[in-house]
Amino acid sequence: MSESNNNAGRTGETLLETKNITLSFGGVKALTDISFDVKEGEIRAIIGPNGAGKSSMLNVISGFYHPQQGEVWFRGEKRGPMKPYEVARQGVARTFQNIALFKGMSTLDNLMTGRMTKMHTNIFWQAIWKGPAEREELEHRERVEEIIDFLGIQSIRKTPVGRLPYGMQKRVELGRALAADAKLLLLDEPMAGMNQEEKEDMCRFILDMNDEFGTTIALIEHDIGVVMDLSDRVVVLDYGCKLADGVPDVVRNDQAVIDAYLGVSHES
Amino acid sequence: MLYREAGDFKTSYAADQQTFPLKLDRWFVWGVLAFAFLVVPFFINDYWEKSVLLPFLVWSMAALGLNILTGYCGQLSLGTGGFMAVGAYASYKLMVAFPELNMFVVVITSGLITAMVGIGFGLPSLRIKGFYLAVATLAAQFFLVWLFNKVPWFYNYSASGQISAPERTVFGVAVTGAAAPSWATYLFCLVLVVVFAYVARNLTRGRLGRSWMAIRDMDIAAEIIGVSPLKAKLSAFAISSFYIGMSGAMLFAVYLGSAEPTEAFGIDKSFLVLFMVIVGGLGSILGSFLGAAFLILFPVLMKNIMVGGFGWPADLAAHLELVFIGGLIMLFLVVEPHGLAQFWRITKEKLRLWPFPH
Repeated sequence: MSESNNNAGRTGETLLETKNITLSFGGVKALTDISFDVKEGEIRAIIGPNGAGKSSMLNVISGFYHPQQGEVWFRGEKRGPMKPYEVARQGVARTFQNIALFKGMSTLDNLMTGRMTKMHTNIFWQAIWKGPAEREELEHRERVEEIIDFLGIQSIRKTPVGRLPYGMQKRVELGRALAADAKLLLLDEPMAGMNQEEKEDMCRFILDMNDEFGTTIALIEHDIGVVMDLSDRVVVLDYGCKLADGVPDVVRNDQAVIDAYLGVSHES
Repeated sequence: MLYREAGDFKTSYAADQQTFPLKLDRWFVWGVLAFAFLVVPFFINDYWEKSVLLPFLVWSMAALGLNILTGYCGQLSLGTGGFMAVGAYASYKLMVAFPELNMFVVVITSGLITAMVGIGFGLPSLRIKGFYLAVATLAAQFFLVWLFNKVPWFYNYSASGQISAPERTVFGVAVTGAAAPSWATYLFCLVLVVVFAYVARNLTRGRLGRSWMAIRDMDIAAEIIGVSPLKAKLSAFAISSFYIGMSGAMLFAVYLGSAEPTEAFGIDKSFLVLFMVIVGGLGSILGSFLGAAFLILFPVLMKNIMVGGFGWPADLAAHLELVFIGGLIMLFLVVEPHGLAQFWRITKEKLRLWPFPH
C-alpha cells in the first residue's frame, strides 16, 4: 500500500487521455463512452470481469481498433486514425495476453526487434554492414544488454524463444516491450498463468521499470491483490462501461465495483 | 571436443555477433573461398563448368532469393520461374541495346528491373497470406511466361521466338557466348554469388532481416513493435526478386546461352527452387546453398555412378534418379523437417559435446 502512496507524488502531466470512446462490433457494444487518463510516471491498472472490454480498450490505444466515437489524446495532441506501427513510433509499446513473441528468433533478436523504431540505417549500408549499420547495431545491442541484465535473462540470450518455458517467454516479451524505450507501456495480463514466485518477480520488474526508467505503465490484471499493491490509480470496467476510477483504496470500497467484480454477492 | 568454442572468448559485442563465431568455422570458410577462387579456375574444364559448377552457382542465387522471401519473410511464392524470366529478358535487352556494357552491370541492372516487377506482384501479399498468396504469385508465373511468348519486342522479333546471348565481356574477357572460357564464366558467377551471399547475410542479420522475421513469426506483434507490414513485405519481395532476377540473367546469359520462356522458366523451375529452399532449410543462408547442391549436384553424381560406374542405360538411370531424389527428399523431411541447415546445426552441437552424449 505504501508503494502507491509514494508514487502519487511524482506523477506528472497527462500522457494519454481517452475521451468518450465508444466501440462496437456490429450490434455488440464493446466499449461505451469510456474516458480516462494516464499520467506520466504512474502505474495505471484497468480491471474488470471477463468480457468487460479491457483488452478492447488496449487495442484502441495501440491502434488495432478504431472506435466509432471518441478521441485518443497522446502527449497533448489529438491522435488521428493510426496504424499500430505508427502508434509504436509515437512511443507506445505493449505486451499481449497470449504471448506474441517471434518464436523463430533468439531472445536477443526479439529484444533487438523491440528497438526497431530507433534504428534508421538504410538498406545499402545494411547490405555492406561494415560502417554505419554495424555501429548502429552495436549501439542498440548495449541498450538491449542492459535490459537483459535488468531482467536477468543472460543465460537464454541466444536461445530461440520457442524453446523457453512459459514464464521466461512472458519475461522476454516484457523485455521486448521495454527495449522500445516507450513513453507508455501497455501490459495485457503480464501475470496470467504464472506461479507465485514468477508473479512476484514480474511485480518487481514492473515496479523497478517504473522507478528506474520512469516508464509509464498501463496494465490489465486479474490478480486483485497485485493490482491494488502495484497501481497508483485503477479504472474499473464492466460490460463496456466505466464503473469506477480512482486510487486503489477508493475503488476497493466502491459498492458498484464490489457488486460487479470483487466477488461479494448482491444480497449481502 | 573436435569442434568447440572453449578458449574462443568474445570480449566485444562485435565479436559476439559475427557470422562465424568459431575460429574453426572461419578458417574453413576462408579455406573454401581460397580454393574456389585460387585453385578451381586453373583446373576447371568444360564438363565441370557446364554440368556442376555453373548450375550450382546459378541455382544457389535463385535459392538465396526465394529464401529471403519465403524463409525469412514467410511469404510463399510460386512465381520464381517467372521472375527468373524477367531477369533473363532484361539482361537480353540490355546486352543487345548496350553491347559495350560490363556484364556485371547487366546482371545487376536486370536484378533491379526484376525487383520492380517483384514489388508489383508482391502487392497482393498485403491482403492475402499463405496458400492464397502462393496462388496469387502463380499468376505472376503464368502471366510473365505468357508475356515473353506473346510480345515479340521482348525477343527482338526473332523468328524462333528464342533469345540467345551475344558475346559480352567483363574487363575485356568474354563471359557470355559460345567462345567464353570456362574459368571466366565460372569466376563471373562465383564473384556474384559470393558477394550477394554476403549481402544477404548482412541484410538478414540487421534491422531489415529482423523486420522480415518478425512479420513471418507473428505479424500482429511485429506491427505493434513498429514494423510496417507494407515496407517489410514489399522490401522482401523486392530483394528476393532482385536475387532471382540476377539468377535468371546468369542462367540465360552465362549458362544456357539461349532460352525460350516456356521451357527454361516454366512452373517446374518455381517448384525446383522452392524445394531447394525447403530441403536446404527455410530461413538459412547456408541452407540455400545446401538445397541447391542437393537438388543440382546429387543428380549429376547419381548419373555418373549409374551410367559411368555401372554402365546402365541412360534412360533407366534418368528415371531411377528421379525415384532416388524423390525418396531422399521425403527421407530428409521426415528425419529433419527444418532442412539440411538444421541438420548441420544439430551435428555441430553434437560435435561440440563429443564424446559425451549431453
